[in-house]
Amino acid sequence: MTDSADKLAAPYAAPRSTGGLLTDIKRIATFTIMRLVALFVTVIIGVYLAILVANMGGQVDQLRIVQIESGIAERFRADPAFFDLPSEQRQALIDTQVQMEIERLRLDQPFIRRSVDYLVQAISLNLGRAEQLHSDAGSRQVRDIIVERLPATLLLFGTANFLIFFTSIFAALYLSRRYGSGLDRAVIGLAPSSAAPPWFYGIFLILIFAFLLGALPHGGMVDVPPPEGRLAYAASVLRHMILPVTAMFVASIFISIYSWRTFFLIHSSEDYVEMARAKGLPGRLIEQRYILRPTLPPIVTSFALSLIGLWSGAIITERVFNWPGVGTLLFQAIGQTDTPVIIGSVVIFAYLLALTVFLLDVVYAVLDPRVRLAGGAR
Amino acid sequence: MNALRNLLVQLRQYPSALAGLMVVGFLLGLAAFALVAIPYSQALELWRGGAQWQHYPVNASPAWSNWFRATNLPRTVRVESRAEQAVEERFEGGRILSMPLEFDYHYGAFPSEMNLFLSAEFAEREPFMRLTWHTPDGREIPVGGRRISRQERVSISQDWNLERRLGGLPHVQLLADPNSNGLPQVLPGRYRLEIEAILFEPEATLEATLVAYGRVYGLAGTDHQRRDLMVALLWGTPVALAFGLLAAVGTTITTLVIAAAGVWFGGWIDATIQRLTEVNMILPLLPILILVGTLYTTSIWVMLGIVVALGIFSAGIKVYRAMLLPIREAPYIEAARAYGASNSRIVLRYMIPRILPVLIPNFVILIPGFVFLEASLAVLGLGDPVLPTWGKVMNDALSEGALYHGFYYWVLGPAVLLMLTGLGFAMLGFALDRIFNPRLRMI
Repeated sequence: MTDSADKLAAPYAAPRSTGGLLTDIKRIATFTIMRLVALFVTVIIGVYLAILVANMGGQVDQLRIVQIESGIAERFRADPAFFDLPSEQRQALIDTQVQMEIERLRLDQPFIRRSVDYLVQAISLNLGRAEQLHSDAGSRQVRDIIVERLPATLLLFGTANFLIFFTSIFAALYLSRRYGSGLDRAVIGLAPSSAAPPWFYGIFLILIFAFLLGALPHGGMVDVPPPEGRLAYAASVLRHMILPVTAMFVASIFISIYSWRTFFLIHSSEDYVEMARAKGLPGRLIEQRYILRPTLPPIVTSFALSLIGLWSGAIITERVFNWPGVGTLLFQAIGQTDTPVIIGSVVIFAYLLALTVFLLDVVYAVLDPRVRLAGGAR
Repeated sequence: MNALRNLLVQLRQYPSALAGLMVVGFLLGLAAFALVAIPYSQALELWRGGAQWQHYPVNASPAWSNWFRATNLPRTVRVESRAEQAVEERFEGGRILSMPLEFDYHYGAFPSEMNLFLSAEFAEREPFMRLTWHTPDGREIPVGGRRISRQERVSISQDWNLERRLGGLPHVQLLADPNSNGLPQVLPGRYRLEIEAILFEPEATLEATLVAYGRVYGLAGTDHQRRDLMVALLWGTPVALAFGLLAAVGTTITTLVIAAAGVWFGGWIDATIQRLTEVNMILPLLPILILVGTLYTTSIWVMLGIVVALGIFSAGIKVYRAMLLPIREAPYIEAARAYGASNSRIVLRYMIPRILPVLIPNFVILIPGFVFLEASLAVLGLGDPVLPTWGKVMNDALSEGALYHGFYYWVLGPAVLLMLTGLGFAMLGFALDRIFNPRLRMI
């Protein structure tokens, strides 16, 4: 991770200070490592909290003991070697086996000690076996199930987020040049529409475009059966992406443009911008160097925050559009009370959030000269 | 009081704020009406469903939807037997009771279902009855006979024998014009269901109610369990407003107090608060709520508690901290210290009130987010188990395939109310933001 950050940093750092390149890299590396450690601690706290929540009242222990009991009883019942045994003896055998298994898994230990076990397992992504669900490939491992669903989620939410981010930044820049115009006022007027989450708009979009007009599919990721050939497959996925992406786009674009526009307006009245204007610099140059460049770090931060918000929103948006991602998986797991999958998804969510924050922190470090100069003491 | 009047004067300059204020007022009125019209216990009882809804149609559209349709869809027709119309004929060992159930039918479409509810009182021997259907053009169709227990539901629509005999669904064929070719057409006019019952005991009585279920009902329609959606739409209002308001108040106030305490005490307290905020920012709120909802309880109040608890160290702390830092150095705080005010007095009475006005818009904008959070949980199937809420209606609708089957009203009712709530509070909040934060007003 640090290597890539250094590579990213190099082209920015090089032209600035000839002798300071190495110190720059060192400082960014220190910053990156510190952030990584901090985020890892955060993930541990988050996951531990999830485990505490999940095991409050011993629910998970109960589930596991029941699983062990039924598993062992099933094995004895199926094994012909035990058919002749009298039932009391068989029961005694089962009981000892269950007891041994409980001791082996340390279910008889106090919770504090076990919770550390769980934590280590969860952090090392050893998420256990699902109770009901299985992956399309047939695996019952929670990790396999989740890994199979991740690309779909990343595709949908990555696309929507980048679209929203870049559209809103450029639209905001455009509007900040023409503030007070009709278009500007229209966007301000539309900003409250973002009070509703994407799934809400999704329902309307499905209603209009899928059921009333019949123009677009109402859910899923590809046609059934999936079309032959890569190109046809991609086209089908794209067609299925239109509605969910539009829903997410509509849900956050206006508030996003509105806040960026306000932000740019505040910054374009700074003295140094006025100075640049007075010098007669072209508008485009002022925008790029005098407005956009110093405001990039906060822009990146808020992008990170919006990503975090969208990760949570993903669950319901996917449910409404029947998109086969982690959100739908979580929904199915809730429906079938598949606790290992639910806890596993929470762990994955925590990791994804931390990863998002970390990547943006690195970008932040590269963009913000103060990080380079102060060396992590932000 | 004066400040409030000033605020209203300023608000008047923003049409969107007035619209928002009106919407919020309307919602508050609706909530108050719901609380008065349907008491809490009654609302729960109604929403539990069951036999109390047996005279209501399944999945009926709202009655006003007829205005947008070419055909006039039927409302529910309910005919009860009346003692004065019954003709009694005694014989040895009992009597024959003839009861006509008459009604006019002038709708453009057939009913969705037809049931006969009978309640008989007798000591030992069950009465026997025979039904005959009389159409306006004078045909007589035997509908069948049977013994009657004390409470009986005769489902005319699901009578297979009758269906085979008539060559189609009974509730369609009984009302169809025999001369219509192709699709059956309604024969308008006065219909009569004649009940001929033989009662074997002198004290025995029989009462009958014929229900020809409509295809439209009330202002909001009904759902798959025949429940009137109006109950949920009405009662969803106070629930949503209470959830949104309490969550917004809870998170704003706790966050504010924590931020102020951090700023005032500084040092390790401040540092701890900062770190906790960073941890909290990447805690996935929705998955944790889902976890709690799945494993423990889906009670809306527990969810509210968790939202507030996890919202204490929200990102807002950073914003409030930036606002509070200069206030800490203000001369009046120094004066308070000089006269020996306690720490808690300074934090609660001097620092927090100073930034409260700036927070009001934030607070108003927060409300719809929480209202939608509650709806989101319900749409995931983690709605409160007993309370009727908008989200639960939407969840029912989505899981019953309402969009696929064309029951758009089922989704649109709660969706419109949710949208109103979201827009109302957001528009008001945005306008307040411009009034309280003059820096935005210039722009």
